[in-house]
Amino acid sequence: MSLFERWHLDKPLFMALVALAVVSLVVLYSASGESIHFALDDALRLLIGFVVMVSVAQIPPETFRRWSVPVFTAGVLGLAAVLAIGAVRFGARRWIALGPLSIQPSEFMKLFVPMTLSWFFSRSHLPPRLSRLAGATLILLVPVLLIAKEPDLGTSLVVLLSGIIVLFLAGIGWRTVLTVIVMGVAAAPVLWAHMHHYQRQRIYILFHPEADPLGAGYHAIQAMIAVGSGGLFGQGWLSSSQAHLHFLPDSTTDFAFAVFCQEFGLFGNLALLALYLFIVYRGLRIAFAAQDTYSRLLAGSLSILFFFDVFINMGMVAGILPVVGVPLPLLSYGGTSLLIIMAGLGVLMSIHSHRRLVN
Amino acid sequence: MRYIPLKNDSQELRLFESRVLIAAILGALLVVGLVTRLSYLQVVKHRYYATLAENNRVSPLPIAPARGLILDRNGVVLADDFPVFTLQVTPDRVPNMKRLLAKLKPLVALNAQDLRDFRRRLAQRKPFQNVTLRAHLSEAEAARVAVNLTRLEGATLHARLRRYYPLGGLATGAIGYVSRITRGELQGQKAERYFGYRHIGQLGVEKSYQKALMGRIGFKDVEMDARGRAVKVLKRILPRAGHNLYLNIDAQMQAIGEQMLANRPGSVVALDPRTGAVLTLISSPIYDPNPFVDGIREKAYRALATNPNGPLDNRALNGLYPPGSTIKPFFAYAALQTHWFHPHKRVMCPGYYHLPHSTHLFHCWKPLGMGRVDLKDAIEQSCDVYFYHLAFKQGIDRMTRYLGYFGFGHRTGIDLPGEYRGLVPTKAWIKASGRPWYPGQTIITGIGQGPLLVTPLQLADAVAAIANHGVRMRPEVVRGIVNPVTHHVRYKKPYAYPAIPRRRKNSLKRLIRDMTQVVEGPHGTARGIAYGLPYRVAGKTGTAQLWSVVPNYKGKHIRSDALFMAFAPVKHPRIAIAVIVEHAGFGALAAAPIARALMNFYLLGHVHARPQNQSRPQVAMAGTTP
Repeated sequence: MSLFERWHLDKPLFMALVALAVVSLVVLYSASGESIHFALDDALRLLIGFVVMVSVAQIPPETFRRWSVPVFTAGVLGLAAVLAIGAVRFGARRWIALGPLSIQPSEFMKLFVPMTLSWFFSRSHLPPRLSRLAGATLILLVPVLLIAKEPDLGTSLVVLLSGIIVLFLAGIGWRTVLTVIVMGVAAAPVLWAHMHHYQRQRIYILFHPEADPLGAGYHAIQAMIAVGSGGLFGQGWLSSSQAHLHFLPDSTTDFAFAVFCQEFGLFGNLALLALYLFIVYRGLRIAFAAQDTYSRLLAGSLSILFFFDVFINMGMVAGILPVVGVPLPLLSYGGTSLLIIMAGLGVLMSIHSHRRLVN
Repeated sequence: MRYIPLKNDSQELRLFESRVLIAAILGALLVVGLVTRLSYLQVVKHRYYATLAENNRVSPLPIAPARGLILDRNGVVLADDFPVFTLQVTPDRVPNMKRLLAKLKPLVALNAQDLRDFRRRLAQRKPFQNVTLRAHLSEAEAARVAVNLTRLEGATLHARLRRYYPLGGLATGAIGYVSRITRGELQGQKAERYFGYRHIGQLGVEKSYQKALMGRIGFKDVEMDARGRAVKVLKRILPRAGHNLYLNIDAQMQAIGEQMLANRPGSVVALDPRTGAVLTLISSPIYDPNPFVDGIREKAYRALATNPNGPLDNRALNGLYPPGSTIKPFFAYAALQTHWFHPHKRVMCPGYYHLPHSTHLFHCWKPLGMGRVDLKDAIEQSCDVYFYHLAFKQGIDRMTRYLGYFGFGHRTGIDLPGEYRGLVPTKAWIKASGRPWYPGQTIITGIGQGPLLVTPLQLADAVAAIANHGVRMRPEVVRGIVNPVTHHVRYKKPYAYPAIPRRRKNSLKRLIRDMTQVVEGPHGTARGIAYGLPYRVAGKTGTAQLWSVVPNYKGKHIRSDALFMAFAPVKHPRIAIAVIVEHAGFGALAAAPIARALMNFYLLGHVHARPQNQSRPQVAMAGTTP
């Protein structure tokens, strides 16, 4: 029994994640203006993330299944608490202060919603009947609406996405899928009408970033400048003028990928993308190998959600998606979001290594 | 573990697999889209975005050169570059604006107006831009701020050179001043030439020698961060300092003249007749050009602009005066060139003159007349009747032609901008005016009245031509242009206009002799200035009636402009001078003493003919006749 097997870890997945962590340290050291303190801080956070992942991997999937509903309920209560007593930062109420820590319950729902829906669908035959879909929709919409109320449109859409992925993987009928799409399109104007001014502006800016180069379009334009100036081979490590001269905002968090683009160019991007796709591929392999519906749905949805996290962040940096606050998994300097991603990966590892125990 | 029917499991797995496959296809499409977009940005548009990134990074910052100094003929600094300090605040870097202002208060005097202006600029600023808190810090304030700069996060001290005229209003008419370049002035090619400059010469030599004074702008390519802070200098092209100007003007002489005019409206122009060098160019009343440099306050400007004495008018170049009797020597010169004129032939002056077949009387300034006068007497005593006769005999064409030879009605070509032509009623002018020309107008033109208008500069240049053997020189304010690095001086070459036609050999000598009588003769109108002079002076007084200047003037106390022109020493003239004092009455009383003082100063080194104990120039002079 190898070390990885003893610790319930998938070796290729683990190695890919370590590689990503190294890339993160390299990029953030540069993006922070060559601050060794910042790099060490990031290293500490990554280490905590890996500890969380390894810890979660020790828990058998059966335990997750049993704890799905309690943690979901706790999460929804947390969201309600945020709206009631949360701390306001940057004009939005997203955090709960717990002593020195501040927790963002909405991030947890990215994990809890797939867990709960997987549990919900694993209780019956698949494909689910229409009546069960109604229950699933309820489970999905409560947290989504609570998060949208904060307001945090980006996270609420990601949570909605996570639920839709589970529904899709559970095998809902094509007619239902079509209906949902039609309803979504029909609801778009209503959603638009209820959006905050800055949210609308972000979508408008997606199409016309040059309309307000110093205001709403600033992030998008500076990110595109960073990406475009990278060229094929990039300008080299520690040479991202956009980050070093502070033209690029949030260069260590949501826009860390732009720094990567400027320093390592298109080839670097393709390599990074390949690394991410490999992780998604490993996740899906784990899902295929899973031996019960719950594990399969959860592993599949977490993998696909991981893919979307990557795609949304990269799309935002490349200017094909609006500027939403979704960090790039592992690469961005992050707090709660990094822990949730690592916990999710821990769940994947657990599903991978515990399957023999199920037999 | 909960019961799950096994028979469904393989079916469910197949369903799951098919769904994952669909998701993978969709995901692959998204990845293809993302890679396409990244390739587009990083390959197709790479050059465009690389340029943008470079523009983000590097800004060319102009480095202003020092403007050339302006010095008088003895090296006295008339226009200087003076470092001034500006206190600026970068709001993005200020942790607490209130505390910063409180910290600054004991260091620099900040009044309510400063703070109001600051708030207004703060509201209007663009992101990452500095805001001026106070311009023109005193040296002590700048030093106090500089010492405490580390405590004042967000505050910066900027030094720049500012034009300063240390002698205030001295010779503003010649020097001019610089002021802020306005947007309207910067168009087309000019905008390119003046990139990086904040000031431009507006008047005087500051304007006419702008190109020499401005030097060449330097640049530094500076790596800037998003807050507009310079991170490091990548490349530097040093500026080239402007050339210094040496003027012909003697600041001390200029000061004496301005002091004697004592802000009465008037003008003095003194030239070296041999070269045309402008020794003094006074337009009175004087005004301080310093407030104009960084934009004069509207109130102060209005006070200057609405002052009835018109300090902003440059009288030396733009003051249009009827020359009065000072024009007589030029008509005498014209007559001397004819075969019919005999200077010894006497003319009866009964105190009036009338044209043949006319009853209209033209009076002499002496009501009872002067008796029988020849040319010498007529110039010495300024007999009007003699010159009425002369005008009648010469006719307006001949008169104006000779005025043209002496430069009247033309620009003198002085190296200052905005000079006026004056007015000489030539044939062409009469035709263009569309009104008939009456013989009576010729008569009064003969004593310098009528439509005839001259500038003080023209008068000085014309009398200098008499002094310089009939060769008129172009007046030059600037003596030389000095390269500040090599100290090489490029002197300006004197320029002579074509010699004034002379058909009788001794005519000029005779005219000068007669003009000397104006000062030395027993009846000379300017004999009051002759006492104790160790050198000989030739001159001519004039008194111009005011109604010809201000036709609508309805006041009771109409007073005349006093004029005097002269040159000295008579044998080898070194200075020619024209003095006009507005509304001062007879020329000999108000204008001649000023000329005497300046000639004394220039030729002897002191104002008085003999050194005296008093330090102040004595203005009041003896003399009873005009």
